[in-house]
Order: sequence, then C-alpha cells, then structure tokens
Amino acid sequence: MFKTRWFLALLTLVVSPGLLFGAATISGKVSYTGTPAKSKTIDMSKEPSCAKQHTTPITTEAVVTGPNNSLANVVVYISAGAPDESSAPSQAVTFTQKGCQYIPHVIALRTGQELKVVNEDQTSHNIHPMAKVNREWNKSQPPGTPPLSEKFDKEEFIPVKCNVHPWMHGYFAVLKTSHYTLSGEDGSFKLPDLPAGKYTITAWQEDYGAQTQDVTISGSETKTVDFTFKAKPY
Amino acid sequence: MHTTYRRLLTHLALVFFSLFSVAQEARVGHLTGHAANGKKLYRRFCVGCHGPLGDGNGDNAQWIDPKPRDFTAATFKCRSTPTGTLPTDEDLYNSVGRGFTNSNMPHWDALTDQNRIDLVAYIKTFSPRWQSEKAGDPIKIPAEPAITMQSISHGAELFQKMECWKCHGQQGRGDGPSAATLTDSKDNPIRPYNFAAGADDSRFKCGSSNQDVYRIFMTGVDGTPMPSFADVIQPNDAWDLVHYLRTLQTHRHSRENEVLKASGGKIPSKAPDANPPAQPENKGSGN
Repeated sequence: MFKTRWFLALLTLVVSPGLLFGAATISGKVSYTGTPAKSKTIDMSKEPSCAKQHTTPITTEAVVTGPNNSLANVVVYISAGAPDESSAPSQAVTFTQKGCQYIPHVIALRTGQELKVVNEDQTSHNIHPMAKVNREWNKSQPPGTPPLSEKFDKEEFIPVKCNVHPWMHGYFAVLKTSHYTLSGEDGSFKLPDLPAGKYTITAWQEDYGAQTQDVTISGSETKTVDFTFKAKPY
Repeated sequence: MHTTYRRLLTHLALVFFSLFSVAQEARVGHLTGHAANGKKLYRRFCVGCHGPLGDGNGDNAQWIDPKPRDFTAATFKCRSTPTGTLPTDEDLYNSVGRGFTNSNMPHWDALTDQNRIDLVAYIKTFSPRWQSEKAGDPIKIPAEPAITMQSISHGAELFQKMECWKCHGQQGRGDGPSAATLTDSKDNPIRPYNFAAGADDSRFKCGSSNQDVYRIFMTGVDGTPMPSFADVIQPNDAWDLVHYLRTLQTHRHSRENEVLKASGGKIPSKAPDANPPAQPENKGSGN
C-alpha cells in the first residue's frame, strides 16, 4: 500500500516536466483578407533628436503586413489547455525606446515577469501603460536614466503610450502562459515543446481583435493552425 | 429545479456582495466613514455628475469638461501615494473637501467632516480593487530647504533637463510643443497646467502648499499624461524644482518671487543644450 503511493509520487515527479514541455508543435501562418488601411507616415519634426536618427520615413505599426497577405506582430498563444505554470521566467523582457519608436512595437511577457524599459534617446519619454485590469501608472524617463523595472500581475493586453510623443504607441501582451509567440514578417509562427492535449489557440492583433481555434494534439506531431483576419480598410 | 437553484445562488452572491460593499469603511484621524450613510449623501449630491453606477456618466456629464471621475476604474489624480497605487482615505477625503480647480467639482466644505468621510467610504464600493489591494505607502517628503536663488536656478535647470517644458511650455503657460496633442486615459483632450494663470488665487489641482506641488510631480497625476518623476528626481532636487515652479506663477505673491525679485528678477541661465548640467554636486539644498 505504502509502496504504491511512493511509486506514484515518484512517477509524477518524472512525468510532470514532460507534461509541461512535450514534443509536439503547433505552427501556422497569420494572414489577412481584404485591404488593410495604409500605414501613416510619422512626422517627428517636433523632436529633432529622434527625427535625425531616421533616414527613411517612419510609419505607424498598428498593422504590419508582409508578402502574400501575411500579417506580422500578431500574438499567438495557448489560451486554454496548457498546464498551469507556477513561476514566471527569471530573465527580464526588454522594451526599448529608440528614435522615438517602441522596439518592439508589441512585446509579450508572462504575468509576474520582469519588464525592463530602456530609454536610448536624447529626449525624455513617459511610459504610460493604460492598464484596466492591472494598475495604470505613468513614469517619466529622461535621457541617461537607468532602465525601469516593472511587473504586471494579471493577464491583459495593455496599450502603452508616450504622451510627450503622441505617435509612440505599443502594446504589452501580459499572458498567463509561456506558450506564446509573435508572428514573423512572413506571418509564420511556431509554438513548440507542447505535451499532448487539447488546446485553445488565440491569435490577437491590436486593430483586428482576437480569434481562437481548438486543436487536439497527440504525441510528438506537428499540427498546422492558420489564422485569417479580415482587414479593416480604415 | 437546477436553474432555480443556480438563480438562488446568484442572488445570494449578489446580496452578499452588496452587503459587503455597503459595509465598506474609510478612516481619517478619529473619523470613521460608513458606506451605507455615504450612499444617501452620494444620491443627493454626487449622482448628477458621477452617475448612479459611479462611472462618471451622470446626467450632467455630457456638459462637463474635464469629465467627472469614473470611480469604477479606481484611478485617482490627487494622491500622496506612488503612481499606480490606490490613494489613502485621507487623499480622497481631502479631494472632496478641496474640490478640483478648473473643473466643475466644487469644494464640499459645506458638508460635515463626517459626511465627507462617509462619502469616501461609499466611493470605495464602486471598484473591487478596494477589497483586493491596499493603498500605497505615502511618498516621503524631506523638510523643505531654504528658498534661495541657488535653489531656484537649480530648479530651472531641472525644468529643462526633465523636459517639463515639452508640455508646460518654457514659461509654464501650458503651451509646450506637445500640449496640443495631449489626451487623458479616456481619450479626452486635456490641457497641461498653466502656471501663469491667475494671481494670488491661482491654485494647483491637488492643493496649494509647497508640499502639494512636490507631491504632484513625484506621484504623477494618474489617468492623465502627467507622469511620476519619483524614480528620476532626488528628494532634495525636487524641492529646488518646487521653488522654481513657484516663480512661474508670476502674478502670485510668494517667497520664491520675492527672492527672485531681490536678485534682479532674472534666473542666471546656463546654455541649456550645449552643456547639460552635471548633477552630482547638488548644492543649495543641504542647508
């Protein structure tokens, strides 16, 4: 009796990492139909220290498209079915302000994970995440000051802006899972290391909203899940 | 049968929640406010603008700019606590009594102290945050150093370095290069504070003492473009900035303006761009 219990405990210990990180992969492509609104050119002439950093005109990044109707910068993640994860990764995610732009425009991170905000510009920025589920805050970061270190406790897509430079807009995608990724320039994405199971996959785009698909994977297969968003002309 | 049971449960939960929220309290000094009493006062005095749900959508809201506060968001402008944290009961109590200058929110000092603290308790029922979070720890403010020309001119340097002028303008008239584009967190246009407006009656939104001015830029005005500078301005430097800001209130009598006038009315200007001021040797604040 007693032995069986020990055996079971041991078995859970051995198997549980396998439950968290399996061998299956979900991959696919995010694309759009219709005609997306044209990106607008940003006029940075009011901030010469930033304007001079750009040789080609900078455009808004709310919708970034690639060849063959592909859609980049889409957050793809497992919204249901993934095993619960206890602690956030210890390494920080870095969000940089450079040339009066957010690099990257959309950043994904885990709840409780450290977010480092860096100002590489010769001008002051204010970092203003307009959170609704998490707490809204607003901090100034003049040039040459050390990175800000912040955390968000709850899952939320938080729009972030700099009030001084109104063209600076971005998103913090705070997720409960570490199984997330962003679609590349060709719209492709890959969610590796998944154990067998039934999952809900969500793709989120800041202007086009969210879509979900259910998928069941077994063993170490690679399953394809594609997402298609209807573009908004304006 | 099953649905009735579930409905009963929902009702019970609702009753429990409303009981719980009406039991909300607020404390300032020897005063204890009770939400149940505050509710009656709110229905009489506040509902017209802030609305029955506390979301700032009262009948009068459409005619009002700036818009009435949305208590369901639990984001407050005038706090003694760091940006992103809940204010203390005292912060809210003071806001009700003080009112908000340049807005339609009057000062409610016609109400008794007990009335005001009861209202604070009721306001705290509109957001569940008050159950799950504690108020932030009030920021520490060191004793104010002497108002000297040195302090004022160091404050002027900080005004440049922190780029306050981007929104507030070089003379603090609220006409900086970014002023026209500013919006609050609900996308309503918002104006940066014009220091030069008014004379002796000119007031800041969150109080009129030098400590209140200190608090505004160190805590930030949450829900607006005004950020917190607590991470980037040292406490003693912050006092220098306060002293300089007072001189931007050109028509207001103040010790700062007297000191400035006595030394010829001009702040010695260092070339702002060519040679950014080195911060380590911070004088003018130690005495």
